[in-house]
Amino acid sequence: MTAGVLGRTFRHGVHPREHKEGTEDLALERMGFVDRYILPLSQHLGAPCKSVVAVGETVTRGQLIAEPGGFVSMALHSPVDGTVAAIAMRRHPNGQMAQSIEIQADAFSTQRMSAASPVDWRSLTLDEFITHVQQAGLVGMGGAAFPAHVKYKLPEGNRCERLLVNGCECEPYLTCDHRLMVEQPDAIIRGVEILAETLGADSSTIGVELNKPESIEALRRAVGDRGSIDIVPLKVKYPQGAEKMLIKAVWGEEVPAGKLPLDLNIVVNNVGTMAALADYFDRGIPVIERALTVAGPGVDRPANLIVPIGTPVRDVLRRCGLNTQARQVVMGGPMMGTSLASLDVPVLKGTSGLLAFTEDVINHTAEYACVRCGQCLEACGNFLNPSRLARLASAGRYDELEKAHIMDCVECGACTYTCPSGVPIVHLIRAAKGMMRARKAKES
Amino acid sequence: MTRRDPRLLLQSAPFLRRGITTPRLMVDVLIALVPVVLAAVYFFGLSAILVIVAATAGAALTEWVFGPDRRRGGSLTDGSTILTGVLLGLCLPPGIALWMAFLGGAVGVGLGKLVFGGLGQNIFNPALVGRAFLQAAFPTAITTWTQQGAITELLTIRPSNFALPFMQAPAPAADAVDAISAATPLGLMKFQNIPTGVEQLLLGNTAGSLGETCAIVIIICGVILAIRRTFDWRIPVSILGTVAVFSTIVWLFDRTEYPSPWLMLCSGGLLFGAVYMATDPVTSPITPRGAWIFGLGIGLLVVLIRIWGGLPEGVMYAILLMNAATPLIERIAQPRAFGRGRAVA
Repeated sequence: MTAGVLGRTFRHGVHPREHKEGTEDLALERMGFVDRYILPLSQHLGAPCKSVVAVGETVTRGQLIAEPGGFVSMALHSPVDGTVAAIAMRRHPNGQMAQSIEIQADAFSTQRMSAASPVDWRSLTLDEFITHVQQAGLVGMGGAAFPAHVKYKLPEGNRCERLLVNGCECEPYLTCDHRLMVEQPDAIIRGVEILAETLGADSSTIGVELNKPESIEALRRAVGDRGSIDIVPLKVKYPQGAEKMLIKAVWGEEVPAGKLPLDLNIVVNNVGTMAALADYFDRGIPVIERALTVAGPGVDRPANLIVPIGTPVRDVLRRCGLNTQARQVVMGGPMMGTSLASLDVPVLKGTSGLLAFTEDVINHTAEYACVRCGQCLEACGNFLNPSRLARLASAGRYDELEKAHIMDCVECGACTYTCPSGVPIVHLIRAAKGMMRARKAKES
Repeated sequence: MTRRDPRLLLQSAPFLRRGITTPRLMVDVLIALVPVVLAAVYFFGLSAILVIVAATAGAALTEWVFGPDRRRGGSLTDGSTILTGVLLGLCLPPGIALWMAFLGGAVGVGLGKLVFGGLGQNIFNPALVGRAFLQAAFPTAITTWTQQGAITELLTIRPSNFALPFMQAPAPAADAVDAISAATPLGLMKFQNIPTGVEQLLLGNTAGSLGETCAIVIIICGVILAIRRTFDWRIPVSILGTVAVFSTIVWLFDRTEYPSPWLMLCSGGLLFGAVYMATDPVTSPITPRGAWIFGLGIGLLVVLIRIWGGLPEGVMYAILLMNAATPLIERIAQPRAFGRGRAVA
């Protein structure tokens, strides 16, 4: 493990061009309110939440509009003062139609939130704390949108020894976490302190890649001489933000395959999640907005925005000057995001970016036969053999895929990024994993 | 909304690519072969160009006629066939008849690659399949080495190049270059026990196949390709390391009977084979540990054949044999997956 100026890292991985220069110096701005918000009841992993409002009902900004539909599920709050216009099927960014609450914003409202009281988190037991996090609607803000409180529910016999906070932002183009670290380091540090104390963690660590010296500086200043939180600079490499890679980078430890960081008594969270956690416990504000980056040559005015959850992508892109050359819109980062089929889908709690690509940057690589060059093996942070997985996946040989540990794949796309033959490796793997899950569900 | 939405293109992540394509890799290797070709021309005259062009023409024509792409000749665009042709040309003797070189290219691509389903599917290195075919079919022609020349003979073309199938070569003029035949350093060592100086070998001032003689050029180009990560550096390192160690052990037993490690390393097709032939990604193991084992096997076989086999040179057969073993090597040399014990294939 090398530390200091060089930065620590994991083995393998890729170095895509960062493309962060267009937005990394743009301070976070607030997106204005628009007239309509769409809130899918399922915007995180796990069970969808259940609506507690009726059509026509008046709602206020920050009011609970849907409650958790199970333990692995989240509360949902109205991002605006307005009325419930519909509870019906609406377009979801994943390309399907999904049950959503549509809210018509009150055009005459100031949208000022009534003062909410901070939560006295020190008096809460861990279970109460977890319920609060769930009621705050807090999901992992890094992109996967995993319900945050589930990670804090420690299984019998485990305890959180180390709290690890992810400030890598290893996806190209995205800079919203960076801006958050630069502009709101106190909120992040505050969130880390609240969580570390509640979970009883022995140490807290924030990993930040070295391409964000300003972030490292700001966090270090916010920690001050308390010295309770370690800021660890990391070499720039994708996919360092994948939690197992981050643990490997910071401590050199490997989380066993099929296990969670919790099995090593580690809890991993994103910096955005920490800031949102502090917002809730200190100011009583649930998750009703988030920071995201709008970038790419398809927008004339790239920006880092704080956007109310549920804002249609169309409105966000219009604010940023979507131009006529745009041919593709990606939600999330360019390595793991989703391309959108419609601009009428909303920003979700897990939306870290909106990228508009023009013809000249869209990838049109021709596909050649795999020449077994081995680049994908050297890209795979999980030390799999992606070339072989792709070959087996296109042949539908699921039993062999299982033995080749296809389920260890985190679908980071590093193999596909690096493949000179343009083989859609991760796409084949995703498809095969879907088939295998369906097959397993059928069997049981 | 007055303006119509753009027609959005749906794709699957990742949306970024490294931008280095397979044809680009092939072109990189071809560029790295230019110095080798120039060295061949320097030592063997324009004959070198003729032989390389003939072999490439045979390879390309076969790919064009029988290639798998629906569009005729479409599979030529990946550049691999041209590379096969040039590699084959470079491992032929300067005086070989052009029709033989052409036939070698055709057989290499046809039987070495296309019968398996084209690029990426073949088991054996196509260029070496072509050469092995020529060695079996024309054992005399392929082991007739002509004397290397110098810059003064740059424009020399060997009459034997123009021999027609099933005919005697045109009678050489008394002072023609091709009247002077020569033995390769390995042949000299094996059959007459005459060692050749290392400086001669490094410069390439010896008899031999077109591309194999000038060691220093091959080493430099190989290092550049390895740094650019065009091929897996482990394979040549493993081959050369094994040969160095194994031949040193043998040489220490009897320094007069057996060739020195330097002679072993720098002579014959070892460097050319290790850098350009064994590193063919399609026919070598894809995993890092597999690459080490693969190189080790080639190194051992080369020394075995050269010292105790009937032939003075064994690089071609060593590589082909290990090509055949590649699927087996991959079985035992899968990478150790993150957070796991050893993977099984």
